[in-house]
Amino acid sequence: MKLTATEIEIAEILEKDARLTNEDLAKMTNLSIDQINQIVRKLEETKVIVRYVSLVDWTKIDGHQGVTAMIDVKVTPKRDVGFNDVAERIYRHSEVKSVYLMSGTYDLSVQVEGQSVNDVAHFVSQKLSTIEGVISTTTHFVLKKFKHDGTVYDNDDHDKRIVVSP
Amino acid sequence: MELKTSYLAKHVRTLQPSGIRKFFDATAGLTDVISLGVGEPDFVTPWNVREAAILSLEDGYTSYTANAGLLELRVEISNYIDNNYCVNYDPESEITVTVGASEAIDIALRAILDPGDEVLVVEPCFVSYAPLVTLAGGVPVIVESMKDNDFKVLPEQLEAAVTDRTKAIMICSPNNPTGSMLSKAEMERIADIAKKHDLLVLSDEIYAELVYDELYTSFAAIEGMQERTILVSGFSKDLAMTGWRLGFVCAPKEITEGMLKIHQYAIMCASTMAQHAGLEGLKNGRRDVAEMRKSYRQRRNYIVQSLNEMGLKCYKPEGAFYTFPNIESTGMDSETFATRLLKAERVVVVPGNAFGASGEGHVRCSYATSMAQLQEAMTRMRRFVEKL
Repeated sequence: MKLTATEIEIAEILEKDARLTNEDLAKMTNLSIDQINQIVRKLEETKVIVRYVSLVDWTKIDGHQGVTAMIDVKVTPKRDVGFNDVAERIYRHSEVKSVYLMSGTYDLSVQVEGQSVNDVAHFVSQKLSTIEGVISTTTHFVLKKFKHDGTVYDNDDHDKRIVVSP
Repeated sequence: MELKTSYLAKHVRTLQPSGIRKFFDATAGLTDVISLGVGEPDFVTPWNVREAAILSLEDGYTSYTANAGLLELRVEISNYIDNNYCVNYDPESEITVTVGASEAIDIALRAILDPGDEVLVVEPCFVSYAPLVTLAGGVPVIVESMKDNDFKVLPEQLEAAVTDRTKAIMICSPNNPTGSMLSKAEMERIADIAKKHDLLVLSDEIYAELVYDELYTSFAAIEGMQERTILVSGFSKDLAMTGWRLGFVCAPKEITEGMLKIHQYAIMCASTMAQHAGLEGLKNGRRDVAEMRKSYRQRRNYIVQSLNEMGLKCYKPEGAFYTFPNIESTGMDSETFATRLLKAERVVVVPGNAFGASGEGHVRCSYATSMAQLQEAMTRMRRFVEKL
């Protein structure tokens, strides 16, 4: 799909801050609201913009339970469908947050979220490793998120500039 | 023996402190302030640039450099100007690394002015120009750019101000505080005046990288102008390095030799770690600059439209990160407007008269602040204007 430079710019702006209104976007790009409505609709309908989300730092919430694991999965690719079939069998599980096909020593990188280490262990041993074509799994638990999707979680972002300067 | 009433030199005693300082004091102690009064980027210096300074310290580069600056840096400056503006400067004899563009302007003026020499200063402009001319023994001759002409000076105005004592024209384009930029054709007409009357052009090109709609032309790139141009620029604005105090000045050999004498006695050399950082910025900082430029452009569009919508007439500046809306419709002068806005809504803007009398009727709003802050500032300003 070919997009214009403006359409790409809108996608870039929304990727950084999805809460900007179409009116804001119109002002930022010098387009009319109608034009912006059209572009945003096009980006949404073509699934260039797949979804709008928030980054939530759950660790700030007392009593929050939850663990994230990154799992390296080796897979025997199937004739005709390659890795797609196995990837699909994996991502259908709701606890799977992302699945990437990787270059390197393993094939699929799978991110899983669960309530506890036990939860994840159960998923890996009972569900993931039993899928046909999965040869091996290596599970890494995330201990702390420093930066995610280009955003530093505990950023000291207060303005250090003096209030007025020439 | 009795003490003198003042030990200060007369010309220093009569020198006016910057009007901006006064406004800075007014904000002291206030909380929840959104500042559009800052003349520097909201970005922090890119990490690779900061890291280069840290590594230079780890490697023990803590001594002086050559007076003119690290040769490697001057070579990189030369390449950068050549690649971007098609002007060729010899790193060995025509480039000096300075403590910010401010020092560059100072040593340039001190190098070229005899007592009583006149310099045409186009106002509104950066607060230091006229005082630095005075301190260098010269006489600033103010030429007011036209607000009906988006604050671009007309060549006829400059020519009318030329006398036998005129030595140079000072130009800053894109301009602080107005953001307006001269077109190549306009520069050529100013260049013709410089050639006709044998004048130098002191061209402050610190915002050259922050231009949003068209290509930038350096004054030195205008035909026949390199030999009479002193090109001042630096790292502060495009690479978000204001606190590092790193600039440079390119000029013909004779002028460079003169400036270098002043620089070596007054400064010795620019900070060594800053020079190492600047080197990294020139080599590998262009992608960051492009990202920042894109962001400034979006914010410029946003603020210009927002200000116009609330009835503060504002042309669309071609460069830098300032808008200079007209506030005359409110019936207030610029200082009253800024003071009342600060009190009522806690938004800081700088009164236009801080940049010269011709800035009256306007305020400078910097859009070097995050979109979220800008949105909130516009909401507050709209409320302020509507209540009047």
